[in-house]
Amino acid sequence: MLDGVRKPLVSVRDLKMHFPIHAGLLRRRVGEVKAVDGVNFDVYEGETLGLVGESGCGKSTCGRAVLRLYDITEGSITIDGKEIGTTPQSDLRPMRPTMQMVFQDPQASLNPRMTVEDIIKEPLDEHTKLNDQEKREKVGELMDAVGLNRKFAKRYPHAFSGGQRQRIGIARALALNPKFIVCDEPIAALDVSIQAQVVNLLEDLQEQFGLTYLFISHDLSMVRHIATRVAVMYLGKIVELAPREQLYADPLHPYTKALLSAVPEPDPSLARNTERIILQGDVPSPSNPPKGCNFCTRCPSVMDICKQEDPPYREVKPGHYTACHLYNGTYDTAGQTAGDEVNKSTNKEKTP
Amino acid sequence: MPDGALPVLDVQDLKTVFQTRGGEVHAVNDVSFSLRAGELLGVVGESGSGKSVTMMSLLGLLPSPPADVRHGRVTFEGKDLLRITPEALRRVRGGQIGFVFQDPMTSLNPVYSVGFQLMEPLRKHMGMSKKQAARRAGELLELVGIPDAMRRLDDYPHQFSGGMRQRVMIAIALACDPKVLIADEPTTALDVTIQAQILELMKDLREKLGMAVIWITHDLGVIAGIADRVMVMYGGQVVEHAPVTELFSNPQHPYTRALLKTIPSIAEERAKRLTIIEGQPPILGAAPTACPFRDRCDVAFDRCARENPPRYDVGNGHDAACFYDARTGAPRDA
Repeated sequence: MLDGVRKPLVSVRDLKMHFPIHAGLLRRRVGEVKAVDGVNFDVYEGETLGLVGESGCGKSTCGRAVLRLYDITEGSITIDGKEIGTTPQSDLRPMRPTMQMVFQDPQASLNPRMTVEDIIKEPLDEHTKLNDQEKREKVGELMDAVGLNRKFAKRYPHAFSGGQRQRIGIARALALNPKFIVCDEPIAALDVSIQAQVVNLLEDLQEQFGLTYLFISHDLSMVRHIATRVAVMYLGKIVELAPREQLYADPLHPYTKALLSAVPEPDPSLARNTERIILQGDVPSPSNPPKGCNFCTRCPSVMDICKQEDPPYREVKPGHYTACHLYNGTYDTAGQTAGDEVNKSTNKEKTP
Repeated sequence: MPDGALPVLDVQDLKTVFQTRGGEVHAVNDVSFSLRAGELLGVVGESGSGKSVTMMSLLGLLPSPPADVRHGRVTFEGKDLLRITPEALRRVRGGQIGFVFQDPMTSLNPVYSVGFQLMEPLRKHMGMSKKQAARRAGELLELVGIPDAMRRLDDYPHQFSGGMRQRVMIAIALACDPKVLIADEPTTALDVTIQAQILELMKDLREKLGMAVIWITHDLGVIAGIADRVMVMYGGQVVEHAPVTELFSNPQHPYTRALLKTIPSIAEERAKRLTIIEGQPPILGAAPTACPFRDRCDVAFDRCARENPPRYDVGNGHDAACFYDARTGAPRDA
């Protein structure tokens, strides 16, 4: 549906990010935390891909790995036509301007000893050859764009509220005219009345500058508002990816169903009458995921096959991907380009 | 207060002030509410609205200085909690009034086993022997849904997950059969699927034990699901108070109305653009002489800057602190 006309700006194939666990006197490697374990998705130009999941599911790691803030374990990442999965960090530097990040905690991600002007100017110092006057002018424009008063340029971050600090972080991310921005829980630390302000700002900027977002969040109702398509992660894997309306109206994966039903609705009559799916137990440890499907320990519709085989991630309806054995019969072999890639990667996974 | 049931906890005109280097900060301004036996009172508000400080003041949990509970009356079991001796208050706290804190990661002591922490209130408040306390501790863990409860008593907090730890916190708060349970953002640090588990547990426990609960949260969705009555706080004051269905269907205060509009719903039609509340929450300082919401309010008029509105009764056990009458669409009589 969405493909055809639009082309992917970011393509991620079989991305794995494993962190080693060292233990003992000799700090020997005893295992690994499979934070991201074989993830495939595309982000189309101008869209917002929502990436949702609970804490520890690997969504933030995934976002950071896509920007190569980590040296990834395996996989390929293509941004704007260039493969960056294996590029050494030094060669990545000239590419940094196209891809930027907005962090979760505006308190921690801004240097308390730098003025707002210096914070927003820093990327310009690093990556452009503008003179001081031009830089100051650009900082002013950026502050206007995110709704900060230019008069406050000489103030320090502590003088701003949470919402304003997040605006500073957004202005910094915009400084180099990026195409792709990873927003890692940009509103999680903000008050309800301020969240809407920041979300509206992000939407305005997207329209104004033609930005593409990967929007990482655990807030499913906010993601429904901002995202074009939504990917749901569980224990290092994407379990379902679909266009927004389809995912919320007709979720396929049992985890997505449970997750959506757990969202509290701000409406007493609705909240009391809807039957919730209450998942039992906790998320298993990513260093020791269960055999077979990662969700088999908590799944309400678990079958024998789920405890044996990891379900492949595939397209079951146009544009609607899921990894679940319940949909084994509905396999659509006429999958599109992304689907083919996915098949290859899942085959690889099966071989031990 | 209306309706039959007698209040178990009654708070009148509570005022808490912090002495800081920058002057006085009036964090709680003449807050009054009552909690009836067996009901769940939801307290909603953004950070800094005074909801936690209110609850901590009435239990004497704030260090003084800097905090100073300047006036007010907190009636519990015929006694004024603000005027009894620290020893008497300690017997109430953790005994007849249980408290669950927001962050289950930091509110358990990491160097004591979960069993020890559960047995402590049982031995202190109920005078149980070690053996009795251990049996009761096991029962409590079972009550909050921890599998294999007896065996887990010797485990330490780090061996439990976040959701499990919050269950342990609830078990500790329930240890001495409290009449009142105060839960301060008990699910905020948890994931939605775990939150759903805890909310379900809370419903069960209230049915089984029949205690009254004060549930503090900033999440209106959670409130909609579990509360009987709701109190909305803003700038250290109660701005609106109503039974839950009444509050959501007929919000009277402009802040509540705006707040309900800003939250995107997961079930309803998706809005093209989110409604926002302009501006920032107030920074608390000197005693308020005007409505704290006036700068962000869309119906504010000159009187709002001159006086702080009292809580006007609007019927159906519903009141709102606003000079503007949302029913008539006109200012109230001076």
